[in-house]
Amino acid sequence: MSTYFEKRQLVVPGDLLAEGKYRAGDNTYKDDEKIYATRIGMVSLEDQTIHVVALKAFYVPSVGDTVIGRIVEVGISAWIVDISAPYPALLRASDVLDRPFNPRKDELPAIFDVNDLIIAKLVAYDRTRDPLLTVREPGLGKITRGQTVEVTPTKIPRVIGRKGSMISIIKEETGCQITIGQNGLILISGKTPEDERLAVMAIRKIEQESHTSGLTDRVTEMIRKEKAGV
Amino acid sequence: MFKIPKRKTEKKRLGILQKKPEKLIDKNNVRLDGRKLDELRSVKIGVGILANADGSAYIEQGKNKILAAVYGPKEVHPRHLALPDRTVLRCRYHMAPFSVQERKSPAPSRREIELSKVIREAIEPSIFVEYYPRTSIDVFIEVLQADGGTRCAGITVASLALADAGIPMRDLVAACAAGKVDGHLVLDLNDLEDKGGEADLPLALMSNLNAITLLQMDGDLTVNEFEQVLNLAVKGCKEIYTVQKDALKAKYVAVKEAVEEE
Repeated sequence: MSTYFEKRQLVVPGDLLAEGKYRAGDNTYKDDEKIYATRIGMVSLEDQTIHVVALKAFYVPSVGDTVIGRIVEVGISAWIVDISAPYPALLRASDVLDRPFNPRKDELPAIFDVNDLIIAKLVAYDRTRDPLLTVREPGLGKITRGQTVEVTPTKIPRVIGRKGSMISIIKEETGCQITIGQNGLILISGKTPEDERLAVMAIRKIEQESHTSGLTDRVTEMIRKEKAGV
Repeated sequence: MFKIPKRKTEKKRLGILQKKPEKLIDKNNVRLDGRKLDELRSVKIGVGILANADGSAYIEQGKNKILAAVYGPKEVHPRHLALPDRTVLRCRYHMAPFSVQERKSPAPSRREIELSKVIREAIEPSIFVEYYPRTSIDVFIEVLQADGGTRCAGITVASLALADAGIPMRDLVAACAAGKVDGHLVLDLNDLEDKGGEADLPLALMSNLNAITLLQMDGDLTVNEFEQVLNLAVKGCKEIYTVQKDALKAKYVAVKEAVEEE
């Protein structure tokens, strides 16, 4: 029973992390009592489980996630949505309309057209099917204002911060409304383009320096300096 | 070995006629480029150097300059090639027309088609192909300048490009060739040594798992020599593995250091 790393050490795929009765957590795999990393990231031990927080990974759909997607195709009774994942997602027309879809009466492009951005929730996904979305709940639907920023999905928890600490600071300091998609897309809607620019800057900084500590303070400082400079 | 002479103008004939050097290794066991018998060429690697691909890497090993780019996992096009329980790994090894002394036609040659297959088989064991059914991962290796051992350097960068794309892997794959030149067992043959030597043995290795994913031999070796050359190649792979790991971490280490300085 032994681990071969220090707290928050940077590891690469194939690094031997531990040996013995540990569980293989995120971004690790177990082979013959040994646990190895599968991605570049920071390793940590929690409760007999070895985790690696990946520094770069793509979004893998998970049921229940709120995601921001872009319509890429309008089909006969559904839309195909790009959610920056290995699979395209599907949004059925019957989900948007309260009644069953009538091809004669309803026109899909009038509701969502190609290149529209939507906030949706993932309702179904398994190995045999592409992910299925819904816009039924409040807060979901077409995005009408603001701009989007894309970060690598593993950094979303860092952007949110512990109990929302990081994101609240950005919202406060810039006065923007921010919606976070678990797939790495973040919607920023501010009163002025300048406010939005500050928020984007802050998020980019978090993405770059997510593996360092004391980030919350540095981000706050940066925003304040920028606001003063302008 | 005979070579069918091509028609050339007088001027070109004088320039291109390269005499095979008398000795590739001199009496002090120093090679033509000044290296010792078991010395690797200088290796420089950069990761994440292309903006458009999902993952990318670049290597300069001696005079070799090779780029690798990875796209995926994403939907398979054409659809009917998709597999229901795993991802499809596709690999293209290609040499640019200007990568060699005599312009190489851009069309895929038999050698490139074979190397594409060989490289794909060398990197596939390192990927968890069952994780993403009905997707494809496309790997492109482009040789910009060639000087022997391009399939090995290609495997080395392809593996890094896959890691850079965030694709989960069992281990990085490092590759290196060893062989026999002028009777001596040497590591990392360059083009002259490969063409003029007695044997060339490219090898790809997943170091942490001690698993060989590519083993080829071109030439003549006794069973004893084979074992020695194999061990030499493994040693070379392990050296390259450390350079790979450092290159992968470089971006993040630099940022961490910059932040700590503030």
